[in-house]
Amino acid sequence: MRKVLLMGNPNVGKSAIFSRLTGVNVIVSNYPGTTVAFTRGYMRLGEEKVEVIDVPGTYTLKPTSKAEEVATKMLKEGDLIINVVDSTNLERNLNLTFQLIKQNIPMVIALNFWDDREHKGISIDVKKLEKIFGFPVVPTVGVTGEGIKNLVERLPEAKAGTYDYEEKEKWHEIGKVIDQVQVLRHRHHTFLESFADACIKPSTGILIAIAVLYFSFTAIRFIGEGLIGYIMEPLFENLWKPLIMRLSAFLGSKGFLHNILIGQLVEGEVDFMQSFGLLSTGLFVPLGAVLPYIFSFYLILGLLEDIGYLPRLAILIDRLMHIVGLHGAGFIPMLLGLGCNVPGALACRVLETKKERFIAATLMAIAIPCMAQIAMIAGLVGKYGAKGLFPVFGTLFIVWIIAGILMKKYVKGESPAIFVEIPPYHLPYYGAVIKKLWMRIIHFLKEAFPFVLLGVFIVNILYSLKIIDFLGEISAPLITRLFGLPPEAVGALIIGFLRKDVAVGMLSPLGLSLKQLVIASVILCIYFPCVATFTVLVKELGIKDMFKSTAIMISFAILAGGVLNLIL
Amino acid sequence: MDLTQLRAGEKARFIGVRGGWGIRSKLEAMGIRPGKIITKISTQIMRGPIIIQVGNTQLAISYGISKRIIVEKI
Repeated sequence: MRKVLLMGNPNVGKSAIFSRLTGVNVIVSNYPGTTVAFTRGYMRLGEEKVEVIDVPGTYTLKPTSKAEEVATKMLKEGDLIINVVDSTNLERNLNLTFQLIKQNIPMVIALNFWDDREHKGISIDVKKLEKIFGFPVVPTVGVTGEGIKNLVERLPEAKAGTYDYEEKEKWHEIGKVIDQVQVLRHRHHTFLESFADACIKPSTGILIAIAVLYFSFTAIRFIGEGLIGYIMEPLFENLWKPLIMRLSAFLGSKGFLHNILIGQLVEGEVDFMQSFGLLSTGLFVPLGAVLPYIFSFYLILGLLEDIGYLPRLAILIDRLMHIVGLHGAGFIPMLLGLGCNVPGALACRVLETKKERFIAATLMAIAIPCMAQIAMIAGLVGKYGAKGLFPVFGTLFIVWIIAGILMKKYVKGESPAIFVEIPPYHLPYYGAVIKKLWMRIIHFLKEAFPFVLLGVFIVNILYSLKIIDFLGEISAPLITRLFGLPPEAVGALIIGFLRKDVAVGMLSPLGLSLKQLVIASVILCIYFPCVATFTVLVKELGIKDMFKSTAIMISFAILAGGVLNLIL
Repeated sequence: MDLTQLRAGEKARFIGVRGGWGIRSKLEAMGIRPGKIITKISTQIMRGPIIIQVGNTQLAISYGISKRIIVEKI
């Protein structure tokens, strides 16, 4: 099968075009490095089915990062290249185009962001550009789909470029092409551009950042709590509960099958947080408690991503990230990790050195709880207000800093300085934001449901076989003496490997004090990643580094739990 | 003068890089080569990254690297 490569600079909209061409849904964001691994899809080209590959963005064919290495390697397999070019940034983009021409592979150019070019007062003579290069050049707007049909229609005309130049004279030749095809009109700074500048000036930027973060977290909480309080809880309590209460009576209110499906009744009733049956807690945790927060978090994150705010935030906190041996760009995996640790671990690839990737992945796995876990912790200790939430998240932040300082000092390798492109602001295109939110929710449901149900099922088996009692007894010195937790809490630590949200939920029927809840929540976050994250981390870091990373996690869990037990 | 000495809002001509082949090739890949006009947009507190604009591209460059980027104010 012939292979079509989508290639271009970072953040020129390759993924949006890929999605349009193949119908395969991929995450599209307004910052460089969203695509870190290549994604494949298929499309029809006349009678023929061809493979389309969304190659990570690269500025040049001489690779300077891991994502760029992937891009250069892919080139050897390509039969046809669609070179996606940012039409508002012709000169820089043509640098890669010129290098691609030398590869002697049939190609076409998609002049993307054609609508933005208009606003920026840039005219480009497309016909003349086609004549110069000798292959089709098609204006496109990836997010809306404008020009994509035309692009597909003209793919069969793809030809290897005829433009010949001396390597030494490359920039001069690029300049010559630009002079022939591009006209700039003078225009004033738009409001969006002035605002963009204000976001990266220290005086205004820090204030804006605080306001944005405050507003974001307030909105996430407001939407999440609202959905739980007004929609999910009433649905479960008023519609679902009567149904499963009837099932419970039918099953005789006890017995093995009753325990698996409904769980334990609390004062004769189903309690969605405490009963721990597949149909009670097993459904309530992913749908009732976690989904509302997943929805609100990814809605706000999606907006911030599409506008292009995140790279600016990364620059403002660049100095803070240096304390832990990273630079501003290391902030992005942390933020994505707050949604789910799996994409957070993958995002570590944008970092250049092995040391940075190790630190970022370990810090994220250690001290960044995912939204599912945060939602459950909020449900558990939220009723105590700041007295409950502050010790949990404050401890995690301190652990993040201390682990980071130590790794910066003792992990071998280099921590390079920041050097990143800041994308221009875009007004978010609502269709793209909704689609991305939808994809992430589907991903969550697919990922969460089997593991939550499996987790709840195993909990019941472990309890009915008295395995948890047995493990509680042998781990008592650690769990009880060091952490001050009841022996049954060991069950949560076992299930935590499967799903952190279920594990936090397991603390609910134990009748713990606030101090115990705080300690258990903190340990559950630090001690080990869930199985999904663990698998990705092994792939990203390699077995040996993952072993080291795990050793760090377990030591910090013991340390943090022990210290909290002493000082709280 | 180097990039850190330029004030926010001022324009300068890019002259070259002191040492570091890696940085030079990174700059080149982004279209920044001798003679190119760059505008400094802002600096951050505590020697944070410096932001420059070249054409329609904005770049954040660490203070350390900026020290080695030689420019001529215009």
